Order: sequence, then structure tokens, then C-alpha cells
Amino acid sequence: MRTEYDVVVVGGGPAGSTTARFAKTPANSVVLFEKDREIGVPVRCAEATSIPDLGRFVKINPCWIASTVTRARLISPSGQAVLLNLPANGAVLHRRIFDHDLAQIAADQGVEVYTKADVYKIERSDRYWRVYVRHLAHDYCLKAKIVIAADGVESRIARFAGIRTQTVLKDIESCAQAMLANIDVTAGQIDFYFSSKWAPGGYVWVFPKGDHCANVGLGVNGAHFDGRSAIDLLNAFISEKFPDAARLTCVAGGVPVAKSLKQIAVDGLLIVGDAARQVNPVTGGGILAAITAGNIAGTVAAGAIDQADWSLKTLKEYQIEWDKGVGKDYSRFYNIKEWMTELSDPELDEIAELLHDIPPTEMNILTVFKVALRNKPTLLFEAIKLFAKMI
Amino acid sequence: MIKIDQECCDLCGTCVSVCPVDCMELKEAMLVIDNSRCNSCQICVRMCPFKALELVD
Repeated sequence: MRTEYDVVVVGGGPAGSTTARFAKTPANSVVLFEKDREIGVPVRCAEATSIPDLGRFVKINPCWIASTVTRARLISPSGQAVLLNLPANGAVLHRRIFDHDLAQIAADQGVEVYTKADVYKIERSDRYWRVYVRHLAHDYCLKAKIVIAADGVESRIARFAGIRTQTVLKDIESCAQAMLANIDVTAGQIDFYFSSKWAPGGYVWVFPKGDHCANVGLGVNGAHFDGRSAIDLLNAFISEKFPDAARLTCVAGGVPVAKSLKQIAVDGLLIVGDAARQVNPVTGGGILAAITAGNIAGTVAAGAIDQADWSLKTLKEYQIEWDKGVGKDYSRFYNIKEWMTELSDPELDEIAELLHDIPPTEMNILTVFKVALRNKPTLLFEAIKLFAKMI
Repeated sequence: MIKIDQECCDLCGTCVSVCPVDCMELKEAMLVIDNSRCNSCQICVRMCPFKALELVD
């Protein structure tokens, strides 16, 4: 470990590894610190993403893909199912392998990687950061020009830099997930259950990872808590729907369904991924957002080091690019999420009923939005704009 | 004050992200609470996916 780096990345998830990869040039030094003992573990993720979108940033390795997905089934509180074709091929990933490979791609560019490396403090000192890291029972203090906060939902590094990252209750889902084996799943299909019985203000997901295996999890919106925690609800769902299942994993997690932070760049510091609340607020999906943000943040950081100016003046380019791209789409999604989490069970059933009469060939996400939002013309307009982008 | 059941805690950081007074931290694979700053609002208790937190006297 050196005593000085141009860029220090905190967090070895997709956001951190992607930022590190794009920040590294032959002329600079980049280090990535992961607090856990292994990149990619534990997997706190439902693991679904879009293959073509992912392919814009990284060459897809078939080993990452546990199963491919072409359609979704939305199940209403009374059990009515709506089948819809997805606009692009999806995949349920093996995040353990995927995250590992993203870090390896960064390492192949010359990024140094340390696991079991806990960054417990950063301090501003003139134009630099002092980064305090504890690695295998030793404390180190490094000097860095740019720090990348990619430390996930707890978003502790950004707080050291004086940015308020606390999330309000309606903007976070409390989640629990188990990987179930010995169950029947439909190949190529992901299931979503909407009901206050199973997941108040959220949904249950069943994402197949193989022939008899799936990620089964749920999120409860913080503002809709009714005394049952995520693990209680998950146990109830599994007992009813998959009584014979074996549980290969069980994890907890918090998923921000917020607008991304107003400030994701300051002097010498960029915030990426869950730490910046860069998540699709409707689906809770964060893999693509993390990689998109990492691509921009890494490129901007490399340019800043090259120009020897890592003040906000140069780094704000990251904020501008994010806000006018995915950030803008997610602000629209946020408005739709605000409306969706307030739907009652009868309203959800009514939407399913109306969708029942639509021929399968015309069933897509836009149709679902059109029907669901028939009384909300302003939101429908936003949904159409988003859909136009998706295809 | 808030009591942590370290055996139930999955170190997911959900409580840290919602604590309005910023008194919780994941430190070297442990959740720690600065109870001197805690205002007993119990937001962390309700948001913990694994029921690892409890308000005690």
C-alpha cells in the first residue's frame, strides 16, 4: 500500500469497481478498498438487470447470467395475473461472480485492490484528503486527491465530507430475501406480487436463478410499516407459496427509492451508486445506475487528475452528466413511485381487472402504465417519455 | 436507548441510512450506536429487516 494515491475508491460493489476502472490511466494511481473479506459477498440484491443496457459498459461474460428473462408476471392482491413482455432481454445475475469480475477488470487496468480494508474516517487537509483505513489490524493514513464514496446504502463517506445522506421513511424499502431451492419456477419469467398482505408499499419478487431455484424477497416501504418487519413478511410468504423450499441464503437490505442526492460532487469527492441514492425508484434496481454513474464518475476523475484540478469546478461535470441523463429519467420514475406506493389493494385489483381485457400482443409496460394511470394524465405523459427511452 | 442483538444484525446498514440524528455506524463488521445522541425515535427499530433492534430503558 502506498502513502499517496490520486484516487481512493471506497466500496467494491459495481459502482466502486466501475468508477475505479474508468478512473485508472497509465499515468495515475487508483486504489479500491472493500470492507468485507471478499468482493461480491454477501449478495444483498435481487440480481435482475437488462442485458443490452449492461452491454453498453462491459463485455458480458455468460458466467454472470443465472437465467435470462423475457417476460414479467404481475400478480394483484386478489391473485389476478397480468403477463407482459419486457422491452429488452433481462437477466438474473450471479452477483458474486459479476462483482468479482468487475473488480478484476479494474485490477487488470492497474487498480490496486484491498479487501478487509475499512475506511473509518476521511479528513480534508488543504487540497487533499487524509484517508484513514484499517486493514488486517493495522491503521494506515493515506493522502488522496479524489475520494470516491461507493460505500452503499449506509453512505458514511459522504457524511464525513459534510453531505447529509439520511433518507426519509417513504424513500426507503426495508428488504429481506432468501435464495430458495427445491421449488417450481417458470423459466424466462419474473414474478411480482403486489399486496398489503405481503409487502405494504412495496412488492414481493420471485426471480429464477435456475430450474428449481429463485431469489424470493420483498421490500416494505418505511412509511407503510404496520408492525410486521421484512423477515416476518418473507417467512409468511414462503410458508404459504413455497412450503417445501430450502433456504440457501437469507439476507437483509435497505433499498433507497429516493431521488438521487442533490449534491453528488464536492471538492475532491464524488458519490456513486446506492450511496448517492442512484436507484430506479419504481423497481428498486440499482445495478445499471451504479455502472452508469461509475462510468461518468471514473471518466471525470481521470480527467481531473490529468488536468491537475480536482476541485468542484472540474468534478461537477459528473453531476451535470448524471442529472441530464439517467438522473432525469429517475426523477420521473420517482413521481410514479410516489403514486404507486399509495395504491390500495382494491385499486390494484381494479387495474389488474382492466388489464385482463387487453390482448397479450398489446401487453407491454406502456399499456400497463396507460391503464393504471388513466386518471393521472400528467403522470402518463412522463411514463410515455420514459417508455420511448427504454426502446 | 437502543439495544442491538448482534446475532440477528445482518450488517445491512438500513438503520444507518435512516437515523435522523446520525448516531449509528457500521464499524469493523459491527453495528455501533452512540446512545448519547440517540433521541429514541425508533425509526431504526421499525426499519430493521431482521428485528435486531429494540428500545430499552
